Amino acid sequence: MDAITTNTLTLGYGEEDIIKELDLHIPKGEITVFIGSNGCGKSTLLKSLARLLKPKEGSIVLNGQDIAHTSTKKVAKDLAILPQSPVAPDGLTVLQLVKQGRYPYQNWFKQWTEEDEEAVNYAIRVTGTEDLIDRKVDSLSGGQRQRAWIAMTLAQDTDTILLDEPTTYLDMTHQIEILDLLHDLNEQENRTIIMVLHDLNLACRYADHIVAIHDKKVFQQGDPDTIITPQLIQSVFGLQCQVTCDPICGSPLCIPYSKGRHMKGVNKDEPTVNKQPI
Amino acid sequence: MLKHHTFKISGIFLGILIVVLLMWSSVILGLTKISTQDVIDSFLNFDGSNQHIIIQDTRIPRALIAASAGASLAIAGAVMQGLTHNPLASPSIFGINAGASFFVVLGVSFFGVTSLEGFTWLAFTGAAIAAIIVYVLGSMGRDGLTPIKITLAGAAMAALFSSLTQGMLTLNERSLDQVLFWLAGSIQGRDLDLLIGLLPYLLVGWLLSLIIGKHMNILAMGEDVAKGLGQRTLMIKLFGALIVVLLAGGTVAIAGPIGFIGIVIPHVARWFVGIDYRWVIPYSGLLGAMLLLTADIGARYVIAPQEAPVGVLTALIGVPFFIYIARRGINE
Repeated sequence: MDAITTNTLTLGYGEEDIIKELDLHIPKGEITVFIGSNGCGKSTLLKSLARLLKPKEGSIVLNGQDIAHTSTKKVAKDLAILPQSPVAPDGLTVLQLVKQGRYPYQNWFKQWTEEDEEAVNYAIRVTGTEDLIDRKVDSLSGGQRQRAWIAMTLAQDTDTILLDEPTTYLDMTHQIEILDLLHDLNEQENRTIIMVLHDLNLACRYADHIVAIHDKKVFQQGDPDTIITPQLIQSVFGLQCQVTCDPICGSPLCIPYSKGRHMKGVNKDEPTVNKQPI
Repeated sequence: MLKHHTFKISGIFLGILIVVLLMWSSVILGLTKISTQDVIDSFLNFDGSNQHIIIQDTRIPRALIAASAGASLAIAGAVMQGLTHNPLASPSIFGINAGASFFVVLGVSFFGVTSLEGFTWLAFTGAAIAAIIVYVLGSMGRDGLTPIKITLAGAAMAALFSSLTQGMLTLNERSLDQVLFWLAGSIQGRDLDLLIGLLPYLLVGWLLSLIIGKHMNILAMGEDVAKGLGQRTLMIKLFGALIVVLLAGGTVAIAGPIGFIGIVIPHVARWFVGIDYRWVIPYSGLLGAMLLLTADIGARYVIAPQEAPVGVLTALIGVPFFIYIARRGINE
């Protein structure tokens, strides 16, 4: 079963195409990660899946329904998106921010209900932001701020959550903290998570399904254990590397060739695949 | 800052009370001494005396117009600041008032428009055209609408419309006397009919502004977040633009381009109630009415026995504040 499918989807700004005639199937209840070099269109693709960008051609189907023909409020109850580095207005508190996540459920007659209250409390609990609710969003550290924003998207109570580089600007501890949180949401509540990540090794750790985007198309997609190879990295990123086995998780671990004071006597012409833990 | 809901609601009632008191002061204060008893008599047994005529024909219209114009300009400013994410946005800075004035003067000078209806529609048209031009200029380019671009576009259009207006007045001296005092922004000597004719438009603007607050809070988190939450952002912006055109255009038709209320008041309102537009908008309305009523009462005394245009007084209050906000904006 697919959470989202695209049919001959073409995206772009003005004349220029960024994604061309893409047929993509994103599995339900799994973590899917888009990878690709800077400017390859992975963020653009993510935006279009969340109807923030109108396709030039083709369609996007969410849970069996074409999103172009579904009311935007209805879509907002099925799918939430966290854009890259969102900015909260000065002075907004974490609680106020999280409450905004209930916007799609409100209307003229239904202002704030018990259900809204519960969803907000749940989102705050799961993200561990209880102690922050009265703090101003702009006064938080990067990791806290990102958790507050994720709490807002969780308050939206959707089966599918899209995130554009949720770990950008975070130190390693907070990157892991955010990704662990998303992992738990997927594992325990079976939510479909779709995100763009820059760090290939973290992508391999957390993703069930990787979509490598290159040259306006999907270069390859599937289980990271099978698709992440030196050849793929070479073609998609233009980078020579070795792929070994993550000593902790057993997932693929890409180690690039580079300059540096320790780079002596390594024969980079023979990329090797070493799946044994070091 | 008022944190608790009870305080915020009490503030609204206190605000209404102050506005009523100021309107009362506006009726009894001035060159002609008027007592509370005179005002009551003028309603109950109008005797055609000089004082009763002044009360009914001058002072009361003036108080009502000051309150409505002040509230309208402040609300228009609050809506503009919210929609453009720009602390410097206001009907005067973004050329909306200048556009409305230009069209009114154009109509008076060259097409002999004298009717109230003509004035009103010219002002609405001018306000709408200025708003569209500033918005389009401000959002050109790949990065879309940015605060700095829209401010520059607004300043440019304000300058353009003002020079064109002055040019027309120089060419056509006959209309000069008619419009000059009006152009400086004044609420003196306006007919009550003028306000009554415009009231439906202003009422629609006020009502919409109370509804849009909640949606502006969502839009304030950015276009992508708002769309992700299921907001039809274009519709919110169009409603916002309609509010600005109705309120700023309507005010120009009554009182000419009065500056600085639209920029100063929303900041004062935020100081009281924070960033929630559901509160910022009604507070802006009340505070705007207070400022213009006070400025108008002041205008009767600063160069007595002559009257100063009230726009001059609001500018005197507004300029230092404007510089303060601009500096803070740059430093942030």
